[in-house]
Amino acid sequence: MIKFLKIIFLFTFLTSNAVAGSDGDLKLSSKSESTKDCFEPLNRATFAFNQGLDRAILKPVAKGYRSLPAPIKKGTGNVLNNLSTLITIPNNVLQGDFKLAAINSGRLVVNTTLGILGIFDPASEMGFPKYVKEDYGQTLGAWGVGPGCYLVLPVLGPSSIRDTAGMFVNVMGGDPYYNISVNGNNEYLDGELFAVTKILSGVEFRAANIESLDNLEANSVDFYASVKSLYTQDRENKIKNIQRGSIEVIYKEDGDWEEIDNK
Amino acid sequence: MKRVFIFNLFYIIFFTNFNISYSISPDVFIQSTVNRASQVLSENISREEKISKLKIIAKETVDIRGVGFYSLGSARNQLNDEQKNTYSNLFEQYFLKSFSSRLAEYTNPEIEVKSKQILNNNYTMVNSILIATNDRPEVKIDWRVYTKNPENPLIRDLIIEGLSLARTQKEEFNSILNSNDGNINSLFKILEEFSNK
Repeated sequence: MIKFLKIIFLFTFLTSNAVAGSDGDLKLSSKSESTKDCFEPLNRATFAFNQGLDRAILKPVAKGYRSLPAPIKKGTGNVLNNLSTLITIPNNVLQGDFKLAAINSGRLVVNTTLGILGIFDPASEMGFPKYVKEDYGQTLGAWGVGPGCYLVLPVLGPSSIRDTAGMFVNVMGGDPYYNISVNGNNEYLDGELFAVTKILSGVEFRAANIESLDNLEANSVDFYASVKSLYTQDRENKIKNIQRGSIEVIYKEDGDWEEIDNK
Repeated sequence: MKRVFIFNLFYIIFFTNFNISYSISPDVFIQSTVNRASQVLSENISREEKISKLKIIAKETVDIRGVGFYSLGSARNQLNDEQKNTYSNLFEQYFLKSFSSRLAEYTNPEIEVKSKQILNNNYTMVNSILIATNDRPEVKIDWRVYTKNPENPLIRDLIIEGLSLARTQKEEFNSILNSNDGNINSLFKILEEFSNK
């Protein structure tokens, strides 16, 4: 009950734009505006630290993960996706998408039972719609909370004040898997297993993007700014539940193109 | 009467052919462009040769000048003619190197145009997919095509899974300018260094 109240408090706090010490730049506006980089020097330093960590640990591990047999990688991906539905379902509900919440609940039941704890994905074979992840940051965005300032988190990478707050909701009771494994009293799940699954999610993401990120880094004149732009665009699309680019979301000021035409 | 008939016949044939020969539908234009690029990428030639051929395709099919000024954002309004020319030249070198190097990493990509959406007289979005292989999933790619001159459509943006390359470029340049108190020469220097490396 206390956790539930904490979540409600956090959401109320965020949706009412109450950011202590805000000079206006920091406020979480409801308008869809570009993410400001209020902490750029700190963000760039954290970004450089993360790059070092990536070169030393994450990338080599991701390369090793890639060399695993395909069925193991597929099974791991399926398990991680299945666990993420535990966060997606409450967010479907919070966004008022009850039909999708029901579909994802069905998917979770089918894949956890018939799919042996999510190792297999029989739900997709049975014709369930393509699974789309949701998180609390997206829900806040869908409720009209702006991104606030851009943040680069140590180890975790690009984020924003809104999305970081969304992550806190996970550990304040919003993630059933966290509740059961870290706070639950059972012999099968514990905090270490929770940490392993989170690390695996990171490794899986990195393994899927080795070439793309290498290519982006090699061909960017400001890699930090490129990553920031791509992260921001991706979050905007996810909040609007857009699978394909939308002109209004992508360009914001389409008049820029018109101005070029008239030159 | 015979003359009028011949004139009419000539008129019909000329203008029908004119339309068929020169007005290119944006989706056909994109499919033909990606087919050309695909052919280059699947050729058994060196990476440098591929890059050089891709640069030729990019020069013919991308509005590099337009993308360049879009990328500059509002800073473009503060440039004098000389700076505009310098920027255009530097951006072209930067763009061709960056774009062709990115593409050269792919081997035999198969792109299929699916549909098009006419935004207005000047723009059409062409929707395509990069067909999945064993190593990668299907990727949605949209092309913003500038159609002001229907006889010579040009690509102005590439949107991969909802992520716009032009917007990314614009935000990258904006960041460089912001970090250097809006000094355009710092951007010129970075573009020059990138092209020469």
